[in-house]
Amino acid sequence: MLTKRIIPCLDIKDGRTVKGVNFEQIRDAGDPVELAALYAQQGADELVFLDITATVERRKTLSELVNKVAHKINIPFTVGGGIKTEEDVSILLQNGADKISINTSAFNNPSIIKSFAKNFGSQCVVLAIDAKCEANGNWYVYLNGGRVKTDKLVEDWAKEAVDLGAGEILLTSMNHDGTKQGFALDITAKLSETLPVPIIASGGGGNEQHFLDVFTKGKADAALAASIFHYKEIAIPDLKSYLHHHQIPVRF
Amino acid sequence: MDTVIIQYNAGNIQSVLYALERIGVTAQVTDDPKKIKAADKVIFPGVGEASTAMQYLKERQLDQLIVSLKQPVLGICLGMQLMCAYSEENNTECLGIFNEQVKQFKPDNISIKVPQMGWNTITHLQSNLFKGLDENSYAYFVHGYYASIGKHTIAQTNYILDYSSALQKDNFYGVQFHPEKSAKAGEQIIQNFLSI
Repeated sequence: MLTKRIIPCLDIKDGRTVKGVNFEQIRDAGDPVELAALYAQQGADELVFLDITATVERRKTLSELVNKVAHKINIPFTVGGGIKTEEDVSILLQNGADKISINTSAFNNPSIIKSFAKNFGSQCVVLAIDAKCEANGNWYVYLNGGRVKTDKLVEDWAKEAVDLGAGEILLTSMNHDGTKQGFALDITAKLSETLPVPIIASGGGGNEQHFLDVFTKGKADAALAASIFHYKEIAIPDLKSYLHHHQIPVRF
Repeated sequence: MDTVIIQYNAGNIQSVLYALERIGVTAQVTDDPKKIKAADKVIFPGVGEASTAMQYLKERQLDQLIVSLKQPVLGICLGMQLMCAYSEENNTECLGIFNEQVKQFKPDNISIKVPQMGWNTITHLQSNLFKGLDENSYAYFVHGYYASIGKHTIAQTNYILDYSSALQKDNFYGVQFHPEKSAKAGEQIIQNFLSI
C-alpha cells in the first residue's frame, strides 16, 4: 500500500538552513547537509529544500548544495527557489535533485509548467502555492515568498497548473505557517478531492495529532514541516509510530 | 569490475552515480558504445518522458546498442519502461526487450492520485535481484505509467491494480521504483545487481 509521506523542509539561505515564522524572523537552524542526512536516517520519506537566497550567486551555491546532499542521502529530494528556465531545472537534476518546485515564476509564466513537464516529466514538477485565507473566506495565491497578493483563487490556480502538467502540489497555508496550531485542513482536502495529483500539506504542523488530522480530515498525501523537526520538538520515528497506531499507512 | 551508467537526457543519472558511490562503487557515466559494450554491468536509468528519451536514444543509435548487450543490464524507472515494447506515454515505440506494455494509470476515483508518488511495498519477489530482502519491503516510486504483469514479472506492487514493479528477461533487469532513492532496501538491490 502506498504510504503517507513525512517531509522535513529545509529553507536555505546562503547555504544554511533557516526557518521563517509567518515568513518573517528568520532563525538559523543548522547545516543543511547534516540535517538532510539525519532526517534520512530517522525515516523521513523525502526532503524539500527551498532556497530563499536573493543574491546573483544563488544558482551556483544552490547547485553545489544539491550536489553535496545528493552524495550523502538515499531518499528523494525536491529543490525549489528561483527556478525559471529549463536550464535551471537541468542543472539541479544533473546535480542529483529528484524534483523541482516552482512557485512565483510559474504563476508569472505558466507555460514553463508545460515545458518542464514535457522535457523532464510531470513527476518532477512540483507546483508550490503560498495560500492565504482572506476575511471573505476565500483562499488567494500569494507570490514572492508571501509578500505579493494576487486575485487568483488557490483552487483555480492549482487546477490550471495541473492541467499544464504539474505533477504534485505543495500547498502552504500562510495563515497556519509557523503557528504550530495545525494544518489548513479544509483547503487541503478541497484540493486533494478535486485534483488528480498528490497534495503536500504545509504550514501549521505542531504536534502528532495535527499530522493525523491532515492525513484523515485534510486528505493530504504528504505532510511537510520544518521547525518542529529542526528544533527536535517531534522526532520522526515517534511521529510515524503514532500515525501507524492510528491506522495511517507509513513506512518504517 | 567495470560498471557504466548510460548517459542520455534522463534526469536521475547523477543520483544513480552517487548511490553507487555510497556503496563504494565508482561507475562511469558514458554514451560511448565501446565503453558500454565492454562494461561488466550496465545501468540504464531514467526519469522523464518516454518519447523524448526514445528520440534521444535513436539519434545516437543507443537503442540498437542496448538491445544487443550481453552483460547484466539494469533499467530503472523510465529505463525499465523503455525496455518494454510500447508506452502509452505519447504513443512511444520502445526497445522491446520485455514484451510487456506500458500503460497509463487510470484511476476511477479522483481520490487516487496519478502519478503514484511515494513509498510502496514490493511483493512476489522472485529473483536474485531481491536476495536478502523481505516480502513487502518498501521502495520509492514516482510514475504515472506502469508495466502490466507478464511472463517477465519478478516483483509486483499494487497501486490501483497489481502491476510489474520489476521485470527480468535473460541478462536484462528492470525496476519501476528507484533503488538509488529507496534507502537501505534500495542499496541492497543495487548490491545484488552488481553481484550477479
